Amino acid sequence: MGSHITTQIFQQLVNGLSLGSIYALIALGYTMVYGIVKLINFAHGDVMMVGAYSGWFAITVFHFPFLPALLFAMVFCALLGVLIERIAYKPLRNASRIAALITAIGVSLFLEYGGMLVATAQVRTYPPVFPETMYIVGGVYFKTGDIVMLLTAVVLMALLHITVQYTKMGKAMRAVSFDKEAALLMGINTNNIISFTFAIGSALAAAAGVLMGVYFNTIDPLMGITPGLKAFVAAVLGGIGIIPGAMVGGMVLGLTESVVSGLGASTWRDAVAFVILILVLIIKPSGLFGKNIREKV
Amino acid sequence: MRKMRNWFNRKNIVSLLGILLLYAVIQGLIVFDIMPPFYKLTLIQICIYIILATSLNLINGITGQFSIGHAGFMAIGAYISAIITAIQHGPLFLGLIAGAVAAALAGFLVGLPTLRLKGDYLAIATLGFGEIVRIIFLNTDYVGGAAGFTLPSTITWTWAFGLMAVSVVLMKNFVGSTHGRACISIRENEIAAESMGVNTTKYKVIAFTMGAFFAGLAGGIYANYFYIIQPMTFNFLLSFNILVMIVLGGLGSMTGGIIGAIVMTLASALLAGVPEWRNVITAVLLVLMMIFRPTGIMGTKEFTLNFLGKKSEKNAASKN
Repeated sequence: MGSHITTQIFQQLVNGLSLGSIYALIALGYTMVYGIVKLINFAHGDVMMVGAYSGWFAITVFHFPFLPALLFAMVFCALLGVLIERIAYKPLRNASRIAALITAIGVSLFLEYGGMLVATAQVRTYPPVFPETMYIVGGVYFKTGDIVMLLTAVVLMALLHITVQYTKMGKAMRAVSFDKEAALLMGINTNNIISFTFAIGSALAAAAGVLMGVYFNTIDPLMGITPGLKAFVAAVLGGIGIIPGAMVGGMVLGLTESVVSGLGASTWRDAVAFVILILVLIIKPSGLFGKNIREKV
Repeated sequence: MRKMRNWFNRKNIVSLLGILLLYAVIQGLIVFDIMPPFYKLTLIQICIYIILATSLNLINGITGQFSIGHAGFMAIGAYISAIITAIQHGPLFLGLIAGAVAAALAGFLVGLPTLRLKGDYLAIATLGFGEIVRIIFLNTDYVGGAAGFTLPSTITWTWAFGLMAVSVVLMKNFVGSTHGRACISIRENEIAAESMGVNTTKYKVIAFTMGAFFAGLAGGIYANYFYIIQPMTFNFLLSFNILVMIVLGGLGSMTGGIIGAIVMTLASALLAGVPEWRNVITAVLLVLMMIFRPTGIMGTKEFTLNFLGKKSEKNAASKN
């Protein structure tokens, strides 16, 4: 009996990490965009949905294998992200935060229902990209999907870390997020940096979308809403605007959800994420990794 | 004596006559069968959305707090009133009031801690609250879980119109009062308002509770008209819809919110055959609006019938 419980715990750990890596990938996009333009990009979850669809398209129509399909989706969504930023958000850069937030909601609705017009509301099945083999290690089941998912997420996060910390572009990103005007005065083309941030964030969301399609097998035009919101919760939990925070927040959220499901309360799973959100916002709005900033008059 | 004179001034009489005239005209259209029955449903929807839009405007437009969890309050009102009227067989009026009070209570309880948050964070917290409410009803077997439950349709068009008119007048009077002005001062500059001695927390909670009360009332009307309530109805798309209405009409304008509610409900009734297009159009409209006319149709201006009674007001002013 004792070993059974241990197995269960490890099983939920595996599930939680897989789910968490999806949340973390989406949360990274939220956090980067928020860090640089102080905008909650509500459309981010829907960009993930577009990513899932473009991956599906690449696999079923072009017969791409997994990695090229993933890259295709990432490039497609990076372009989409830049396009959204240029058309919808750039004109509002100096408007009130609320105006920008409402615009983001508009873009989100547009992608959802535009997606319904283009791809119909019908649920589509993701083609099996990986063999359905199960690995059993000490009673814990691993699907190939679990391993690929974790690996992809870790590799992408490592790439992101290298980009942000060690390249010129990353340095510019950090500068813009620290102080936009000062960065502009130092000769950084802030517009390009902001577009670049949207491109990276959207590419990560697309990767999450493809992984999600592979993991859950089905995709539909409204699939982005709930994971998008939860990824936002993850970003807030880790401290919005802080990149490692998003990774940790995503993992914590994924683990919490799978523990709640494991306890047999899977219908309450969605509520848990929002309860966490409200608790974090009330107790420590700056998140786990955040610093408190005093309000200046 | 003075109190009496205040009540029956020309402005109030003009408003009352305006409301009665509007009711009479629409009632006439219904009685003489000029209006097709399909539009009666739209009319009641318009009444519900006007209450929702004005009450959200009280929070978002007047007090400047960004709440997008309005569907949550509406759900509470709908479920509580439906439980009282359909399961406990209580009278309709009691159900409506109990629903509204329950929603107000929830607004008060949620408002106290969350109103410490600002801008985006408050928006997300209220969105989360709305979703939590929906999930709670989804998991409560007493109210039918995901399938929801059915109840008789007892709300008539007269009820809906009357409740709408009373709600709007009450909220409009609130905005025009000292308390309303305190709320507006919070919207304009919270720090300045605070340093002028406005108890910002108190007024934010008042606005939030009041908005929730009327959202609950609208929920009650909804539940007792549409035969069935389901948790899915009260998802955050509904909150967004209400938000679109007040943004379209003009954040901070009560009449703007009413115009927004009427325009959006009519538009969605006309586009009912093509629901996907309806939402795409809403979305594009929202983005274009924000880019080209972020103040909405009315801005913060109000449309009033005051010009009818202007002369007498001037006379009254000169007498004082």
